[in-house]
Amino acid sequence: MKRLGLKNAFITTLLSMSCLAMLSTSNLAYADDDLVVYSSRKEHLIKPLFDQFTKETGIPVTLQTGKANALIERLKAEGDRTQADIFMTVDAGNLWYAAQQGLFHPMNMEQIQSRIPAHLRDPNDLWTGLSVRARTIVYHSERVQPSELSSYEALADKNWQGKLCLRTSKKVYNKSLVAAMIDHDGAAKTEQVLTGWVSNLAAKPQAKDSQVLKAIEAGQCDVGIVNTYYYGRMQDKNPQTKVKLFWANQKSYGTHINVSGAGILKHAKHQKAAQTLLNWLASDKAQKQFGGANKEYPANPSVPLDPQVASWGKFKADDLNLAIVGKRQAEAVKLMQKAHYK
Amino acid sequence: MINTKRPPLKPFTLFSKLALWALILLISLPILSLGFSWHSIDEGLWQHLSDNLLFELLGNTFQLLLGVAIGTGLLGISLAWLVTRCEFPGRRWFEWLLFLPFAVPAYVLAFVFLGLFDYAGPVQSLFRNTFQLQGGIDIREGVWGVAMIMSLVFYPYVYLLARSAFLAQPPSYTEAARNLGDSPFRAFLRVSLPLARPAIIAGLSLALMEVLADFGTVAIFNYDTFTTAIYSSWVDYRSLETAAQLSTLLLIIAATLIALEHYQRGKRAFHSGLPREQTRYHLTGFKAVVTWVYLSGVLVLAFGLPLVQLSLWSLESFTGWDPRLTDWIGNSLILAVSSALLTVLIALTLNAIIHNQPLNQLQRFGIRFTTLGYALPGSVLAVGVMLFLFEVDELFNGALWFSSGLFALIIAYMVRFMAVAFGPVESSFKTIKPSISEAARSLGATPFELVKRIYWPLLTPGLLTALFLVTLDILKELPATYLLRPFGWDTLAVRTFELSTEGLYEAAALPALVLMGIGLAGLVIIEVLRAHTEKR
Repeated sequence: MKRLGLKNAFITTLLSMSCLAMLSTSNLAYADDDLVVYSSRKEHLIKPLFDQFTKETGIPVTLQTGKANALIERLKAEGDRTQADIFMTVDAGNLWYAAQQGLFHPMNMEQIQSRIPAHLRDPNDLWTGLSVRARTIVYHSERVQPSELSSYEALADKNWQGKLCLRTSKKVYNKSLVAAMIDHDGAAKTEQVLTGWVSNLAAKPQAKDSQVLKAIEAGQCDVGIVNTYYYGRMQDKNPQTKVKLFWANQKSYGTHINVSGAGILKHAKHQKAAQTLLNWLASDKAQKQFGGANKEYPANPSVPLDPQVASWGKFKADDLNLAIVGKRQAEAVKLMQKAHYK
Repeated sequence: MINTKRPPLKPFTLFSKLALWALILLISLPILSLGFSWHSIDEGLWQHLSDNLLFELLGNTFQLLLGVAIGTGLLGISLAWLVTRCEFPGRRWFEWLLFLPFAVPAYVLAFVFLGLFDYAGPVQSLFRNTFQLQGGIDIREGVWGVAMIMSLVFYPYVYLLARSAFLAQPPSYTEAARNLGDSPFRAFLRVSLPLARPAIIAGLSLALMEVLADFGTVAIFNYDTFTTAIYSSWVDYRSLETAAQLSTLLLIIAATLIALEHYQRGKRAFHSGLPREQTRYHLTGFKAVVTWVYLSGVLVLAFGLPLVQLSLWSLESFTGWDPRLTDWIGNSLILAVSSALLTVLIALTLNAIIHNQPLNQLQRFGIRFTTLGYALPGSVLAVGVMLFLFEVDELFNGALWFSSGLFALIIAYMVRFMAVAFGPVESSFKTIKPSISEAARSLGATPFELVKRIYWPLLTPGLLTALFLVTLDILKELPATYLLRPFGWDTLAVRTFELSTEGLYEAAALPALVLMGIGLAGLVIIEVLRAHTEKR
């Protein structure tokens, strides 16, 4: 009898759990006045900000995170049946592609236009950048003199053989960097640079920027290219780090930047509330927090920098319109794959 | 085609035929919807991919398949043999401890290993500092690192199936070989191994399909496989069609694996089923020590290391119990258990139908087709499911009844893990000799009694194994969950992934640890149940 009891208990539990699951499907719909944001920006970076927005305005926000390309496919598939109002993502390429697919509604928002510089916005007013991330050169200060460094392109020179670490070409940040390079230098020159980079590699490309930084610190290589906020995180953990930032291409087009940003969806059910949220995100207070949470730069240039970010010094940023970076990304990938940059 | 020689269909058979096709369609349509992508071909993209990527990627994929086949085969078979055929202190403990690595998601083991053994990691740094050495090794180079990690987490498939096969073999067979003068090893090679071959190959093919579908582990090691090309077509070239086309090629590789498995099993029936009392070699002294070192070595690498490292990271970052963690656990469990129940139920229905009536070629093919989803990368499969469900929604005037909500996710899990449920259920049906039920019927058993007293007890172990494997697999599943989960349905795997891709391993450690803990609890439950079943 006892044996049976145990088994029955087990089966009952399983059955009741599956009933629960069935029931909860019907509870999925959320309140109609919720503003729904699809975001590829990680939840822990964005949720606190939305909570504050809800507190101030009383507009509840539902956040759905996922990978950028998957969310875009999902929005395309959902069409006018979507419940999403805003699409938020990192990298201009993703924003450009979402715009290209006709997902966005023009914003026509004066506050955004006055606060966010034009090159960080879509020329057709379909999306706006909300924070700026700079991708630049890092080096080991004991093994490399800053005078030896100049530009991304120069890292392809023979004297860096066996000394370079790069993140994988699959990461969108590198695709954008190379896309910008194609626009500035032309495809032929860019291909040469990529081939040079690959032959200079000290190790197979790393999966993450943080690993590039660690590899330089540990002596596997001397120079690399990373986004500055990864450097910030490294500084937090190890204030004595020998790795230093170098602002790339100051004598030419400037250091490559990219944005995280958002647009209002064409089929948004809450256009007005969506505008309220974007305006709020572009406001001074939110801008400070938005970038600061991840040690990025605010998209609104009048907002003061986080002290740690400010300590890295001023630099000339590439003012190429980011829509072009998006447009040239597929070309960039083709070149990188041709050069066997993994 | 109507076979006029057969008697007309009885209502029950007609019903079961319909049910059979309904189930086959439910599982195959999401896969087939990928096949429809071939209507338009992006020639430029195909040209570029074949010039620059495909051959290298195919080569990499086959190297990895080979490496994991060797790794999981050696580990799974040797471990299963040691715990079933030998006696040594702690054997009973090892017998179930060796399942543990199955609770570790491959991507978690990958980031733990890389964290520890990378050039810049603590182990190599310690070596460099202690011996004032220059340089070091890059564990990401070549196929070895990835193959080893995958072998460590996927060997339980082979172990599980090989162990049941060894247990089911009558000891008299090997004894006969021994009496004829074979050494234990030769007896194993000549008798036990060939008899267990179908089970071993079934386990291997599951492990290899996991390899084909993997994305997380290879991404962490930046090892390009065929899935890389699928992702590149989708993400870089925004060509969902090309991605789907490449996926169908992956399906062909998977189908070949399944066909091989099926072919080598042939028409032989392996009815010798039930666990038997084994005569075991008693290992003492040096042999016992070597066995101990080997078994604990595998456990330490595949389970101990991640457990310790994740615990350390969790402690480092622990600032109090996040109440959302409770939600994630609840979501993970509800999703995994309910979808696993449904999947096993379908596998049971399909097998019951197969068991009770002869099938034609087409039906048999259809049933094999339902196990293909296992080789598809979760995200590609998710796209297939979406495409399929949007069509279904269209039938209902565009209401988002099916494509939103948990329904899509549950379908995706069923398609993906049907192969995992199917195997154990199928083999437990195979242990029911036709003669058993015939005997019972001739003794006057009613169908109800037949089910209650013959089928149910004989099927329970297989059903439990299937339920357990699928539940654990769903708990670990990432890409499809990430894509299809409805609002607010974050799971432990999703959180682990989100945090670890940001390089925040410390924060990712706790959800990963809880995930492993749930797997462990599942193992304990299944062991207790198994012990009860075996006692009867």
